[in-house]
Amino acid sequence: MKPILTLFQRELRSYFATPVAYVFIVIFLLLSGAFTFYLGRFYERGQADLEPFFQFHPWLYLFLVPAVAMRLWADERKSGTIELLLTLPVTMGQAVLAKFLAAWSFVALALALTFPIWITVNYLGDPDNGVIVTGYLGSLLMAGAYLAIGACLSAATRSQVVAFILSVVVCFLFLLAGFPLVLDLFRAIAPQSLVDAIAGLSFLSHFNGISRGVIDLRDLIYFLLTIGFWLYANAVVIDLKKAD
Amino acid sequence: MIEASALTKRYGRFTAVNAVTFEVRVGQVLGFLGPNGAGKSTTMKMIAGFLSPTAGRAKVCGFDVETHPIEAKKALGYLPEGAPSYGEMTVRSFLEFIAGIRGLTAESKRRRLDDVIGRLRLEGVLEQTIDTLSKGFKRRVGLAQAILHDPPVLILDEPTDGLDPNQKHEVRRLINDMAENKVIVISTHILEEVHAVCNRVVVIAGGTLLADATPGELEARSRYHMAVSLTTDETAKARETLTAIPEVETVEIDPQNQRITAFPRKGQQILMAVGDALRAQGIAVRELQLETGRLDEVFRNITQSHLREAHA
Ligand SMILES: Nc1ncnc2c1ncn2[C@@H]1O[C@H](COP(=O)(O)OP(=O)(O)OP(=O)(O)O)[C@@H](O)[C@H]1O
Ligand SMILES: [Mg+2]
Repeated sequence: MKPILTLFQRELRSYFATPVAYVFIVIFLLLSGAFTFYLGRFYERGQADLEPFFQFHPWLYLFLVPAVAMRLWADERKSGTIELLLTLPVTMGQAVLAKFLAAWSFVALALALTFPIWITVNYLGDPDNGVIVTGYLGSLLMAGAYLAIGACLSAATRSQVVAFILSVVVCFLFLLAGFPLVLDLFRAIAPQSLVDAIAGLSFLSHFNGISRGVIDLRDLIYFLLTIGFWLYANAVVIDLKKAD
Repeated sequence: MIEASALTKRYGRFTAVNAVTFEVRVGQVLGFLGPNGAGKSTTMKMIAGFLSPTAGRAKVCGFDVETHPIEAKKALGYLPEGAPSYGEMTVRSFLEFIAGIRGLTAESKRRRLDDVIGRLRLEGVLEQTIDTLSKGFKRRVGLAQAILHDPPVLILDEPTDGLDPNQKHEVRRLINDMAENKVIVISTHILEEVHAVCNRVVVIAGGTLLADATPGELEARSRYHMAVSLTTDETAKARETLTAIPEVETVEIDPQNQRITAFPRKGQQILMAVGDALRAQGIAVRELQLETGRLDEVFRNITQSHLREAHA
């Protein structure tokens, strides 16, 4: 446990060693604001909830989370510090988990800084705060799943740019899988069970439920399993690729 | 103690390290020599537990690096090639991070930090970010990191690369100071270093271990071993005189500085004979030296004959 904590602290501090972290947070806040108020028509709807806010998170994360994840391992490989890290008395699992948790905490911080919108909606109306808390939880879980994908793919290359593009593509596939348009397409050519399976893999279908305040254990398990799967893959990829 | 048995690393069809076997005991400082691409770093990476060997195994303090990685890594201080470290951190926070990961307690952490900072003269750069350090200082930070937990086994890949002469001297002294109760393996391209710090030398080329000896034994393989070199104003006369000595096999003159070297016949001592002959001829000698042997020549011989064999 101790090594995870030490690695976690180092990693999290390294985000704030450069202006990148602040730039990221500012962009995140600006974009989530813009999406909510312009695209989501927050005021015009005249409803006291945060649905327009959460509804755009899958798209917001599609680009922003791979940007956080891209440096996780690609940078270590490029600078050679991966050799230092993996010859310290830490297990691969500890290293993978610590880095992931640090990145996740960073995204959580960015997400937490959207609290003014929560205050706003409480000031303007009388929202169901339980639903909002659930929405934040779902959003955080989804960000974790994006991050785990990004972390794994960042281990596959030395180049942060390549890592970023790969992650966006893979995350996009996971998003698309739940889109009615795509599902209709599959429905035309594949049996219903396959369509259901594809829909079942999508971030969108699982997030939509939680963001509306419906906590379904299956959705939680889905995100945790996705994170677990990609982190495991992350460790495997590091093992395979660390030599070159 | 380090035990490497038949360590092998292949990349596809290319064999970077080929069944290398050796053992290093407490008190030994092993110098790892070999041309570029010989497989020195690859061998060290396997012992340090970064790369998994394709075949064979490595043990550190009795712990198999593959099956008991944590125990082995705890016993090990490792300076990877190029001394990588986290560039955005300050020297102090980096060393504190390493201390934390190594699990040093508050008391021993303070003591060890003071010790390595003093030994590697890092006082002046503690608050500087590592990215902004000069190459030599980066290397010193890497060394500090490796010895921070006072490990029983040290593996240092080119520890003095990029250091100024004073610092080279300091680092060699550091290694000598630690040598007595540790196992130390260093790789280097600087042959004087072998004399300065190593009591054992392993030469590898093309991934194969070619020699395992003390520096003295290696020198004894040199053509120059027990030869006598001298300079004089009467070069031509001295050459004639030396050639006439029965124990002398050949006499060579360095075209650059006119230094004369007399090579003995196998197993012969010629120092006395040379002195006597020169005195008898009344040749004034400016300086005269009994050669111990030249490591660079031995190194070339060992590694190049291997190359020739590999090509043949
Ligand atoms: N990931 C890799 N894929 C393919 N070949 C590799 C890889 N890593 C190293 N090699 C090759 O293995 C050989 C040994 O490399 P190594 O770094 O161990 O040499 P070295 O003895 O440390 O050389 P130097 O003195 O230049 O540091 C080299 O020919 C190198 O090109
Ligand atoms: Mg090397």
